[in-house]
Amino acid sequence: MGSRRKWIQLAVLAALIIVLPFFFPSSYYYRVGALIFVNALAVVGMVILIGYAGQISLGHAGFAGIGAYACALAPEYLGLHPGLALILGAVTSGVLALLIGRPILRLKGYYLGVATLGFGILVSMVLTNERALTGGPDGMSVADPGLRGMLRDLGWRLSVGELWYGVSAIALLIGAWVALNLFDSPTGRAMRALHGSEVAASTVGVDVARQKLRAFVISALYASVSGSLLALQNGFITPDVAGFMHSIEMVTMAVLGGVGSVLGGTLGAAILTTLPQVLTIFAEYEQLVLGAVMILVMIFLPQGLLPSIARRFRGRDE
Amino acid sequence: MNLLEVKGLGISFGGLKAVDDVSFAVKPGEIVSVIGPNGAGKTTLFNMISGIYLPSRGSVTLKGQDVTGTAPHKLAEMGLSRTFQNLQVFQEMTVLENVLAGYHLRVRGSILADLLSLPSMRRRAATAREGAQALLTRVRLDKAAGQEAGSLSYGALKRLEIARALALNPSILLLDEPAAGCNAVETEEIDHLIAELAASGIAILLVEHDMKLVMRISNHIVVLDHGEKIAEGDPVTVSRNPQVIAAYLGADHAEATHADS
Ligand SMILES: Nc1ncnc2c1ncn2[C@@H]1O[C@H](COP(=O)(O)OP(=O)(O)OP(=O)(O)O)[C@@H](O)[C@H]1O
Ligand SMILES: [Mg+2]
Repeated sequence: MGSRRKWIQLAVLAALIIVLPFFFPSSYYYRVGALIFVNALAVVGMVILIGYAGQISLGHAGFAGIGAYACALAPEYLGLHPGLALILGAVTSGVLALLIGRPILRLKGYYLGVATLGFGILVSMVLTNERALTGGPDGMSVADPGLRGMLRDLGWRLSVGELWYGVSAIALLIGAWVALNLFDSPTGRAMRALHGSEVAASTVGVDVARQKLRAFVISALYASVSGSLLALQNGFITPDVAGFMHSIEMVTMAVLGGVGSVLGGTLGAAILTTLPQVLTIFAEYEQLVLGAVMILVMIFLPQGLLPSIARRFRGRDE
Repeated sequence: MNLLEVKGLGISFGGLKAVDDVSFAVKPGEIVSVIGPNGAGKTTLFNMISGIYLPSRGSVTLKGQDVTGTAPHKLAEMGLSRTFQNLQVFQEMTVLENVLAGYHLRVRGSILADLLSLPSMRRRAATAREGAQALLTRVRLDKAAGQEAGSLSYGALKRLEIARALALNPSILLLDEPAAGCNAVETEEIDHLIAELAASGIAILLVEHDMKLVMRISNHIVVLDHGEKIAEGDPVTVSRNPQVIAAYLGADHAEATHADS
């Protein structure tokens, strides 16, 4: 039963990915789509951390920053291929998450929020201040991984927009598949159990600290890969990727769509990524609108968009 | 040999000695009840035995090993399982998933297998699913398996907690007021279930206010009052103890014996 629901959700996601381009008014929208998928990937990680395990982070953009700058720095200073740099970034983020997660996750509620916030600020400060290495607030360029050339050799001619639309979509599908696997597995169930009651979870044998740490590390990997893909497709990166606003965006997207739901999180990412691209007004007031969205969702749809809609439909069926 | 031994156990909250110098033992297959008036310290005692509270004094020994202050999930690994007086159900999970959570120790494997849904994980999950369904049938919740646990009635949630605790395949089970809020039929069912479990060799440590139930099924009773043990022994001895009658049983028990005859 759980497995059928998993495949339905993945099929819906895949269908949307394939069908959407037919409605694109211009090729510019491939870029918007790619950005949605990259953001959604990070949000799926937040769904695991917040929705499954019930922990909060206001600093996950820090991991996105590490992933992004790994792709910018490693090719330049270590001569690493950008694709391998993505993996190096993920490993770095994972190890760092493991190290800081252990002490931080003992905290609860807003204490945890503040501690993770501190981590995010630290990363973005390092990236901003290490001018010699990172170019400081002006950012730095990211080497082209040469994917287009490789595909052209194989006989596939893709525009830059199409290429990154495809790559990000595949990354999102894999990320969603993994998150849905986790949901219905012993580990995912242990995370969701401790979300429901830490005391009860521990009395059925769940090592609460260990499972929280796992959720934290896994979500950091998602954020890191998301940051890497963002850097690679933009060909340029600034410390904003690790900034506080980006962390808040991740949480807001997850909460807007439905924090327990992979598809919901993706929907949240789609809405909040598209709006500023389509309505320039929104771009100017992005922070204001984010704040307003957060407040309204919390008041009217505490479960998030998708679960609330699903519930309404189910209510009608019965 | 004793399965569980509690020696001189005590804990203080601020100035209040919630439990003080309590000692007793439980053997395999035995039903030991802890009774006492409201606020006597029964739940606090359970919380210390199951590793949720760190005792201020005394020791807990499980299967010959000193486990004082051991974390709850370690005690679960050693075969100690419990239910809660103030329900601790995983509200947002289905009824079946709540019991599956109880299989955690038996089905956990590598995280990679879980993330990639490898066949090894699916095999483990399938075994757990079968066991969980059987347990749900045993507590008459099989029909509700797919429902969200939060939607169940109070009595059903009590039974769900028992099923979840049994999923650990425990050698000792701590039940904190399993019959509270249950009607006469449900109470009877729980009564049978406890007797069955004990007959299968599981030791039961029970806190229950329903004196009829306690007197009927207990092998041994420990009486607490104001955190201290004021009496212990078999049901007949305890029910005749003047201190116990004064502190707690009194009218209640008089009614209970009337109803019995
Ligand atoms: N965490 C705590 N902090 C402070 N006081 C506590 C705590 N836990 C229990 N107590 C106090 O310890 C005493 C014993 O409480 P406990 O819940 O163990 O009683 P009980 O015998 O289970 O009562 P009941 O029959 O009502 O369930 C009470 O006075 C209670 O207020
Ligand atoms: Mg109690």
